[in-house]
Amino acid sequence: MAPILEVRNLTKKFGKGKETVTAVDSVSFAIEPGETVCLVGESGCGKSTTGRMVAGLLEPTSGEVLFEGKNIKELDSAGFRRYRQSVQIIHQDPYASLNPTQTVRQILTAPLLRHNKVKNRAGAEARALELLEVVDLTPARDMIDKYPHQLSGGQRQRVAVARALTVEPKFIVADEAVSMVDVSIRVSILTMLARLKEQFHVTFLFITHDLALAKYFAWTGRITVMYLGRIVEDGPTQRLITDPRHPYTQALLSAVPEADPELAHRKRQIELREAEIPSLLNLPSGCTFHPRCPYFVPGECDQRVPPLEPLDVGGRVACPVRKHEHVPLLV
Amino acid sequence: MTKGKLDWQMDEHQNGKAPLSLQNVHVSYATRRGKVQAVRNVTLDLHAGESLALIGESGSGKTTLGLAIVRLLPETAQISPGVILYRRDGREVDILKLDRNEMREFRWRDCAMVFQAALNAFNPVLKIWAQAWDTAKAHGWHDKEAVRRRLVELLEFVQLDPKRVIDAYPHELSGGMRQRVLLALSLLLNPQVLILDEPTTALDIITQRTIIKLLRKLKEDQGFTMIFISHDLAIAAELADRVATMYAGRIVELGASEDIFYRPRHPYTLGLIRAVPTVTGGFEQLFSIPGSPPDLIDLPSGCKFHPRCAFATDRCKLEEPELEEVGPGHTAACWHWRAVEEELQRNPLHRGVLSVLQAISFNAEEEAVS
Repeated sequence: MAPILEVRNLTKKFGKGKETVTAVDSVSFAIEPGETVCLVGESGCGKSTTGRMVAGLLEPTSGEVLFEGKNIKELDSAGFRRYRQSVQIIHQDPYASLNPTQTVRQILTAPLLRHNKVKNRAGAEARALELLEVVDLTPARDMIDKYPHQLSGGQRQRVAVARALTVEPKFIVADEAVSMVDVSIRVSILTMLARLKEQFHVTFLFITHDLALAKYFAWTGRITVMYLGRIVEDGPTQRLITDPRHPYTQALLSAVPEADPELAHRKRQIELREAEIPSLLNLPSGCTFHPRCPYFVPGECDQRVPPLEPLDVGGRVACPVRKHEHVPLLV
Repeated sequence: MTKGKLDWQMDEHQNGKAPLSLQNVHVSYATRRGKVQAVRNVTLDLHAGESLALIGESGSGKTTLGLAIVRLLPETAQISPGVILYRRDGREVDILKLDRNEMREFRWRDCAMVFQAALNAFNPVLKIWAQAWDTAKAHGWHDKEAVRRRLVELLEFVQLDPKRVIDAYPHELSGGMRQRVLLALSLLLNPQVLILDEPTTALDIITQRTIIKLLRKLKEDQGFTMIFISHDLAIAAELADRVATMYAGRIVELGASEDIFYRPRHPYTLGLIRAVPTVTGGFEQLFSIPGSPPDLIDLPSGCKFHPRCAFATDRCKLEEPELEEVGPGHTAACWHWRAVEEELQRNPLHRGVLSVLQAISFNAEEEAVS
């Protein structure tokens, strides 16, 4: 199947001269229609910047974004508009992403009318009510006249999802979409998003720092791990979390606090050589993980940037030194 | 660092008497809409050397309870009725009866609170050394050399380079470093009890692990008595001996960490556990708790959880259950805890090491796209 979305050597630099920061460095991946891909990594790894470039909100410094096989830079204005509708983004903070002076009705009907998705105001209202049902904000008639401040965080995030759905997207970038929602409600939002996959054939790029959530949401999909602007490993979720090959992925998985006392005390403790993450302004040479990596090979890791190579167990890894080593995460 | 060098805790344990006892504590806030009942009827003994986690969603009262112990609540708050007994070196005081000066003495010297390491936990115009020196002076410790030695020792204990940190401003440090500095500062006056509010929230995963390791060291090597306040169940699983679940201002379940995570008896605790995935555990279907937390001004009748509870009956709407014993050292406030037990026999939690997945290899060609 042809990928619905592909990025090739995507790079984003911010600032100029000595102050240049390379937030995303030659990132390449492809996503098939219907697939769920999670982009994970710590703050500053470039996952959100990548998401924003994919959604067309940020122009890459170099590299390409291809949507349905077409380079988005080469689209005519009508084509670009279609792409912008087809790819929607859901932001982390539902307190900031909704206009506080508008009711849910206005928030949902404006894009429906603007993009001619409905014939008239009555049609827009009917569709808005339908969408509220889709995102489980019921009874929809009670919800539609509320202002954002009358809604809980979880309910606001549902409104943000409904708004994204007004333009019938094929691809949704969910950037930390449940991070600000209470634990007890998170799962229902994830379940709702998963249902959209089936119901509307939406493909997801799910961006999160939470590996447990990534595992749950993309159980049959893939996880891509980023570190300081580069992809260090990707692969089918079940392989990546049971048999991570990149020392950074291993460090991350072993560091995640577990909501299970037995697992919490049986986790392998991986000692990094350096606890602090390097500054993006002064990146280490070669593999950027080398100053912290417990398997550092002098003369090798600090000399050249390791290529992202296919793995026999599925996916890719950027570590020629450790790519064949299985490290159990529990002891 | 050995126990001898920082002469702490263990020897101060007073014949099994709990350093901190909360009895029937209520906290309310006065607002224009009415009285917010943030904490209701909390009775709890914190044993010497134990670490207790208070878990619950936002608005469950866990932070208010922590702030009540060090009496740092805003002026609109009222702690009444209630008794908070504190014991050290054979003496016993009711914290709620201390005057302003006695309270200042109590804070930090006896009980220190470590806040989430946002920048606003520090004075932004003071270097780390000045923050420590201010604190020491405020508590009548004027030996500059001794304070400096102590600070260096503590910074080393939290694995920071004192040379780099001591003359730095808070904004020059990373989030993880700030959290560690706060931890070091909280230990400055050798308190007996530490209260940590969301100690790892908003930190990156690897930094979280560094903090968890440090806290384990404080707990295991130094025998510190600690209260963790967190919305994150993982912090409880990683660090706590006992866990208290809070809902709508009350403790609804209290027990050993293993009991809470593997044998929960309150539907709310069960709901929280079923809502949270693990990473190295097996794949488990997760469920949300329906509805949202109650309005603390206008609480539901009876059991405050009944509108969201799958086990609720008419009785739950009328009568609020008290904590009752459901196992050794394990209490829950639910009329239907036996039904929860039966539910867990029918649908066990897939938890613990036995649930762990074996490594799964994928042949890239055969792999089916989701």
